[in-house]
Amino acid sequence: MAKWFETHLPKIVLAPSFIAVLIFVYGFIGWTAWVSLTRSKLMPRYEIDGFIQYDRLFASPRWDTAMNNLYIFGGMFIIISLVLGLILAILLDQQIRVEGAIRTIYLYPMALSMIVTGTAWKWILNPGLGVQAMVQGWGFENFKFDWLVNPDMAIYTVVMAAIWQSSGFVMALFLAGLRSVDTEIIRAAQIDGIPTWRVYTAIIIPSMAPIFLSAFIVLAHLAIKSFDLVIALTGGGPGYATDLPATYMYAMAFSRGDVGQAASSAMIMMMVIFIIVVPYLYSELRAKND
Amino acid sequence: MAPILDIQHLYKNYGATEILKDINVSIEPGDFLVLVGPSGCGKSTLLNCIAGLEPITGGTLKIGGEDMTHVSPKDRDIAMVFQSYALYPTMSVAKNITFGMKVRGVDQATQDRKLAEVARQLQIEPLLKRRPGQLSGGQRQRVAMGRALVRDPKLFLFDEPLSNLDAKLRVEMRTEIKSLHQRLGASMVYVTHDQIEAMTLATKIVVMKGGVIQQIGTPAEIYNKPANLFVADFMGSPAMNLIPAKARANGVGTKLEIARDGAEPIVLTDARAKNLPEDVILGLRPEDISEPGYRSGESVQEAQCQVAIVEPAGADTYVMTTLGGKQITARLHAETAAAPGAAHTFAFDLGKVSYFNPGTGERIL
Amino acid sequence: MTDVSATPAAAAATRSQGAGLKTALRWGLYLILALFAVYYLLPLFVMLTTSLKSLEEIRTGDLVALPREVTFDAWAKAWSGACTGIQCEGVRPYFWNSVQIAVPGVLISTLLGAVNGYVIAQWRFKGANIIFALMLFGCFIPFQVVLLPMARLLGLMGIAGTIPGLIFVHVIYGIGFTTLFFRNYYVTIPQELVKAAKVDGASFLRIFWSIFLPLSIPIIVVSVIWQFTQIWNDFLFGVSFSSAGTQPVTVALNNIVNSTTGVKEYNVDMAAAIIAALPTLLVYVVAGKYFIRGLTAGSVKG
Repeated sequence: MAKWFETHLPKIVLAPSFIAVLIFVYGFIGWTAWVSLTRSKLMPRYEIDGFIQYDRLFASPRWDTAMNNLYIFGGMFIIISLVLGLILAILLDQQIRVEGAIRTIYLYPMALSMIVTGTAWKWILNPGLGVQAMVQGWGFENFKFDWLVNPDMAIYTVVMAAIWQSSGFVMALFLAGLRSVDTEIIRAAQIDGIPTWRVYTAIIIPSMAPIFLSAFIVLAHLAIKSFDLVIALTGGGPGYATDLPATYMYAMAFSRGDVGQAASSAMIMMMVIFIIVVPYLYSELRAKND
Repeated sequence: MAPILDIQHLYKNYGATEILKDINVSIEPGDFLVLVGPSGCGKSTLLNCIAGLEPITGGTLKIGGEDMTHVSPKDRDIAMVFQSYALYPTMSVAKNITFGMKVRGVDQATQDRKLAEVARQLQIEPLLKRRPGQLSGGQRQRVAMGRALVRDPKLFLFDEPLSNLDAKLRVEMRTEIKSLHQRLGASMVYVTHDQIEAMTLATKIVVMKGGVIQQIGTPAEIYNKPANLFVADFMGSPAMNLIPAKARANGVGTKLEIARDGAEPIVLTDARAKNLPEDVILGLRPEDISEPGYRSGESVQEAQCQVAIVEPAGADTYVMTTLGGKQITARLHAETAAAPGAAHTFAFDLGKVSYFNPGTGERIL
Repeated sequence: MTDVSATPAAAAATRSQGAGLKTALRWGLYLILALFAVYYLLPLFVMLTTSLKSLEEIRTGDLVALPREVTFDAWAKAWSGACTGIQCEGVRPYFWNSVQIAVPGVLISTLLGAVNGYVIAQWRFKGANIIFALMLFGCFIPFQVVLLPMARLLGLMGIAGTIPGLIFVHVIYGIGFTTLFFRNYYVTIPQELVKAAKVDGASFLRIFWSIFLPLSIPIIVVSVIWQFTQIWNDFLFGVSFSSAGTQPVTVALNNIVNSTTGVKEYNVDMAAAIIAALPTLLVYVVAGKYFIRGLTAGSVKG
């Protein structure tokens, strides 16, 4: 008995966490998937009734807006953060004297809560007293910068704030990647007389493909889950002009009392992440097992 | 005397793959057993089975006469030295050595006494307060040995302990391990892929390949009478020359016909050999092909061959030529006149010749 | 200087021309870096100055101007008097809620992650990799997909709207990450270490306690910083699973900023935001180095 306990102790120790993950991740996903196939309204019901919730979801103009916003927000946020992060990393890689301090400055927004970021940008961008008022106060009476309250432009304020928060982190990832490139290869290139910019475009950046992938996954994941920033910055408004799937789901679950819609929208988010993350995780785990 | 380690019909599988097949080996107290073979031959797995770090699939394994199949490593009365030394990185050298005693609840005074003893023996007293990260490779090796020595076990296990050292240090430590063995009279099992280590250290060698024991014997037996082509080729450096030949019985013994580049075949006669099949492989150590005139006797015969390459190695010069379609090596004295491209006369001493069956690879005679 | 050039002056001229270009490039580089530093610092600067201004000065003054008259009234009000809906106690009680949620949440999830990582990396058994993959995937799910069932389960367990309930949720969804950290750290440690300790007679827990934990300081720091930032900055779980008295500071901040009653007090909003951000900022400034080192270690190696 004691011997059995001794040999199985590692598994026994791991078991609670594993069971918790099974229930609270996979079991709960299953529950949500199930409920998304029912006519649940205020309270969850368990009689399966086909894809009616998904039909409602795809017919809803508000969900349409949310998905459109996700494409705009996700696309711009990911691309601009990657480009900005890479540029900053390369600039910082030129033996800058105060690199440590600059890195800290670029990176600190990552430590902030999205709610704090949203609050700050909401203040800066508010037309009454923020940037617009400031520039007008400098004498440019006709200056207009009211994106925050403009339904067509409000989503871009979310993009701005999100990039401000996350691009420093991407910079740090790329910087670590630049530093991990074999210095002998770079030296060999220098001896061959290859100009610095060619060394970057032809040797260093291509060798950082795994880091592009990691950064992309992290950013895509952040984009799809984005909830706090929208709540704090625009509250989803004006109207529901800046709704994202995450805020749509939350509104359905907790203010509209539409459990079925909440479940089906959560499942769509889940599937989007699944499509992006699973191939990545698969290749990562494969690579590490070899 | 009862064997200190006795392994009978041991099998080890990982899932469907057989790693070890029908291993039978036993050693007496004071023996130095070396498990040698190429990487992947199962020698380290066998050592882990002896240590109890891997469960065995079938057969019996006894240490000191007791069945160990279900005994955990800590109760086997063994000590082990690892290839990476596996020193505990956050503990000082002293703590590394005494950790096992501390876990077992040995009192502080005994711990201190034994630590001092081992530290003196291995000359690591000045290092006791340092951490493994602050030590050189050779010093780490000593500490790992100290951790094993302090246990005073029935059986010492070594898993390629010298393979992370540079060549010079490796030779030094090899000698040190040997003298330690002679001083302590302890029983040891030692895994290596280096056949020179095996030859120099062992009282008994097990040559393994593909999870199967190829031969068990003393270093001399393994060297002089290899059981098959694999052992013949693996043990000894440069390797044994394995020359295809045609055997034909004549009145006295056997005539051996060996193809030669650009000339008619060499014919050698072995008076002792009888009843050989027509196709054989002749096994001759490089030192058994020498300059004429250095060895005499009935078994020595001379023949001329075309020299391909000359490699001076200080004390000896190795000369390569082609016989039976194979490149073969002769070990000549340093001032040999052999020159590349020229013909040279070699003396073949068939006194220690081995014969192998080319089909099965097994030794015939 | 030994000059072999025919016209020393000309050579010196080309050299200094090249050096001049280099210096110019260098200055340009520093200028760009400085502009970006301003970009990243400006929001923090605006928050800080706004929080130190009076409401009157905010209305009449410039967004980026320094306060003419520094006042800490807004900070005092944000800490203990600002209204989050109907209650007007400032962020203080919610700040302590966050502390009470974050401290146990961080400690428990880090400890579990350490043990899990130790088992998965060093005591490999059949299926361990599948378990790891399943746990890893749990890191990536959008939490929206578990919000509804979790709300019901917390209700069934009787801890809905309580601080223990929030701790529970944060531990559950933090295990994946902490396990990942520790697993990736321990997997680089040779297996022979465990073997040596086994031969030395140490047990599973003894090996963990005496050998692996003392080795783990760097990764414990990473795990603690990560989990602390995650839990402290969380809003989704906080807003979904808390009740009036148990809200974390992020939720309280959002309520203060978005409360529609009375005059909009931007200086109080900014002070409250800085207070809410202070703990994670502090952690980042003090130990951020280790955080980045740890975060990037895996992806670079991978």
